[in-house]
Amino acid sequence: MPKDTGIGASPVRREDVRFLTGTGEYTDDIVLAKQTYAVFARSTVAHGTIKSIDTSAAEGMPGVLAVFTGEDFVEVGGNPAGWLINSRNGEPMKEPKRPVLAHGKVRHVGDAYAAVIAETIEQARDAVEAIEADIDELPAVVDMNDALSGSNFVHDEIETNQCFDWGWIEDNRDATDNAIKNAHHVTTLELVNNRLVPNAMEPRASIGSYKASTGEYTLHTTSQNPHLTRLLISAFVLGIPENMLTVIAPDVGGGFGSKIYHYGEEALVLAAAKKLGRPVKWTADRTESFLTDAHGRDHVTKIELALDKEGNFLAFRTDTKANVGAYLSNFSTATPTFLHGTLMAGNYTVPLVYVNVKAVFTNTAPVDAYRGAGRPEATYSLERVIDKAARELRMDPIELRRKNFIKPDQYPYASAAGLEYDAGNYDALMDKMEEVADVAGFEARRKQSEANGLMRGFGVNAYIEACGIAPSNLVGVLGSRVGLYDAATVRVNATGNLSVMVGAHSHGQGHETAFPQVVAEMLGIDPAVIDIVHGDTSKIPFGMGTYGSRSLAVCGSAVVRATEKIINKAKKIAGHMLEASDQDITLENGVFSVAGTDKSVTFGEVALKAYIPHEYPLEDIEPGLEETAFYDPANFTYPSGAYACEVEVDPETGKVRVDRMCAVDDFGNVINPMIVTGQVHGGLAQGIGQALVENTSYDENGQLLSASYMDYTMPRADDMPMFHVDHSQGTPCTHNPLGVKGCGEAGAIGSPPTVVNAVIDALQSGGTNVTHIDMPVTPARVWDAMQNAKSEEA
Amino acid sequence: MYNFEVEKPGTLAEATAAMAGEDAQALGGGQTLIPTLKQRLASPAKLVSLSGVAEMQGISKDGDALRIGGATTHGAVAADGNYPALSALAAQIGDPAVRNRGTIGGSLANNDPAACYPAAALGSGATIITTNREIAADDYFQGMFDTALDEGEIVTAVSFPIPQAANYQKFVQPASRFALVGVFLAKYADGIRVAVTGASNEGVFRWAEAEAALGDDFSASALDGLSVPADNMISDLHGPAAYRAHLVKVMTGRAVTAAG
Repeated sequence: MPKDTGIGASPVRREDVRFLTGTGEYTDDIVLAKQTYAVFARSTVAHGTIKSIDTSAAEGMPGVLAVFTGEDFVEVGGNPAGWLINSRNGEPMKEPKRPVLAHGKVRHVGDAYAAVIAETIEQARDAVEAIEADIDELPAVVDMNDALSGSNFVHDEIETNQCFDWGWIEDNRDATDNAIKNAHHVTTLELVNNRLVPNAMEPRASIGSYKASTGEYTLHTTSQNPHLTRLLISAFVLGIPENMLTVIAPDVGGGFGSKIYHYGEEALVLAAAKKLGRPVKWTADRTESFLTDAHGRDHVTKIELALDKEGNFLAFRTDTKANVGAYLSNFSTATPTFLHGTLMAGNYTVPLVYVNVKAVFTNTAPVDAYRGAGRPEATYSLERVIDKAARELRMDPIELRRKNFIKPDQYPYASAAGLEYDAGNYDALMDKMEEVADVAGFEARRKQSEANGLMRGFGVNAYIEACGIAPSNLVGVLGSRVGLYDAATVRVNATGNLSVMVGAHSHGQGHETAFPQVVAEMLGIDPAVIDIVHGDTSKIPFGMGTYGSRSLAVCGSAVVRATEKIINKAKKIAGHMLEASDQDITLENGVFSVAGTDKSVTFGEVALKAYIPHEYPLEDIEPGLEETAFYDPANFTYPSGAYACEVEVDPETGKVRVDRMCAVDDFGNVINPMIVTGQVHGGLAQGIGQALVENTSYDENGQLLSASYMDYTMPRADDMPMFHVDHSQGTPCTHNPLGVKGCGEAGAIGSPPTVVNAVIDALQSGGTNVTHIDMPVTPARVWDAMQNAKSEEA
Repeated sequence: MYNFEVEKPGTLAEATAAMAGEDAQALGGGQTLIPTLKQRLASPAKLVSLSGVAEMQGISKDGDALRIGGATTHGAVAADGNYPALSALAAQIGDPAVRNRGTIGGSLANNDPAACYPAAALGSGATIITTNREIAADDYFQGMFDTALDEGEIVTAVSFPIPQAANYQKFVQPASRFALVGVFLAKYADGIRVAVTGASNEGVFRWAEAEAALGDDFSASALDGLSVPADNMISDLHGPAAYRAHLVKVMTGRAVTAAG
């Protein structure tokens, strides 16, 4: 029987009432008294030297209050990279300064070099047009190979476009080379993991305000992690003391990674607010979002898989170039390295892995973590080359994967890429996938498609990801400059209702519904009396944010720990009230009882006693009932899954239609199955979008060709089949109190290779020897690949 | 947006007078113009909204022709049904919001090289009726975003001869959902017309070889052996010229089959 409350139940999402009735409050909805407006002057060239910026005409325009340029921020710090990567030769990565406003040079189209603050947004726009910037255009560095071989540098001071040259695991390099040299069979694949524009529904927006009487700053901003934004602004950029800066992320309309990072606009509105003594608001338009939000992916990879004659995997070796764009965004150096290279053993008992990643500066928008962050890139490379190997060896792709799976009795399992997987059962996932996807019925469906003149293909994929980011001690050793714990405060009010302050910001994930389910289950009370507070650094203890499928596994664990503390203290109070030892008090269904007696008090009575401590042992127990816990995970969590996809390809046009999509995931224990299903649906849509339609294209001059919805294709409802989603095969995480793993990114990780594998299968079954097509697999690319295959045969 | 004046005339005479002002710009449904203004890519002094002009309203059957007022929305054409292939085409333009605002006169005056209506007008041999004259579709379309309209001239109506059979095949550009290649085919007593949108650097065009071949044999197989030169086809991130040329033939074949 499904439960109707607590852990495992699927109550409807309480936050949806405001989201679906238009009563959410987003940053741009907030109007502060005497608010002014900022508009940025942005580079129209990808690379250029700023000779001069004449703002005098703009300053004289109606309503203009101030004009800022890069000169105004020379004395303040840069926006830093959060993760130090060392190159194979031991040298630290190159870290050119990322200023609030461009100074000296502009480095990508959209790079802001000035900002106008005016009484109205239209006045600010008019004044931006009156700024006379003399920018000498330089040749743009766009292609990564050109960037590495040429002497045209994005950042002149570092005299290279290579940020780092990273090897993982460096000690395995020679052994991996030897294994590949001596293998019975080596399958090689060169592929592109296409750059994606995040396209959150809500563009970025920020309001800076300043109270001169106290020196306090407030930043309302579209952030996935307000505390991290506060930390970066305080410690690195503007030097505002943390206790003088409040960062508030109200309702946020999607982030997908792009709102993890601190951006220069946030610093600008704060600095401008102080200068003017009035709040300053900036809201990106959609073009600014395309040009300046941190993009995702953009890897070019060569992967080799060595196998013995039975099909056992002997080694994976990859050579990847990762585009970091014009500046290092906060997690841009972690994404292609420790969120990518460490996953290159996949679900497999392969003994050797060697990953080389060269990170490359180009005159394009910065690239950073986007839903999945490094793990989709790893999974795509692995699962495409495994599929190709199966075809070359004439082995069934499911059987080849099963042959190399880590088996349930092998946990904990030390992977060849340096992680220790705690739990999993990949064969059980594959079994379930074969059932849910009706693999047995595929041949009949293929015949039906053929009768309709269409080629049908079946694609499969297995993935593992590292979530619950992350154990601070481990990531510290690996170069992280922050800890990745999270925190929660459980406040029981005198009248028995609860406010739970959580570090994890919710911007679509459903925390406001799921976290109360956990607390209600532990206390045995009605979840309706529990309210979640998040997104305001003045209200919550601390938080490292929402990304990396970490909210439940890390912040949820902090909620559990804080609730345990509440229970312990409440038992002491109940013990006093019932004249018994707290050791003898049990809690069940919201009632504290003395074991073996009929003496009891309710949770509400204990709460009231805590705040009206009459006849209360003040010498032993403090009044009040409020507890805080910080939780730092012992390990990553390791969600895994088996996915299947069936596509139909139109041989005349090359058009691919996804007909069936099946996702069987192991998320460990599940708190709210409905929310988990929704998260998987969203991930699948983004993954199918990457696989088939999303095409970020810069021309050789660094102009973004796909800078609007007229040319950048977002996946739409009619691009999607009905999804078959299952999470019944969970193996609980062994090291966090809820046994949960995280579900936010899985769909976007597991689906792209599944879709492409299915397309290749369709083309092969249709008699066309196409072995690879880069994403997005557009109709034109399919048709082109078919033409090339035909001409090669001729 | 920059500031501008707005006039909303109720008659053609008033509309013509309003358009005589300096830097006046006609506004149909605004589905292209309004986004352009928002981007500050145009700065007309005055917008003349045509949605209230009495003479530009309504759809009427006039013998074997269907007369559609220039201010008629795509949604109204989609719902009409007197010319089923034309209604089907209108139903595939944009989304409901676009179809409820965008107008046939606005679309034909703009002549976007990937718009659907130019294919229907050229493929039907329609007559474009303006404030000054009547223009045959064959003379009206003059290249990308270019028409025979003079400054201030307004498309007041379009008259479509209703064919014996017709069909529109649209292969969408996936982002904009305009036509990557759209082929409108119509069969009349005096011959076949095939008009192609989305594909050419010259905008909408007729594929004469296909028209001739289909006149002799109205079946998809009549196109065997024909090909469209890729020389002047559009190449962009959605598909190279050769692909568009290939699609013209595929879509024409499908239109023939669907038209029956």
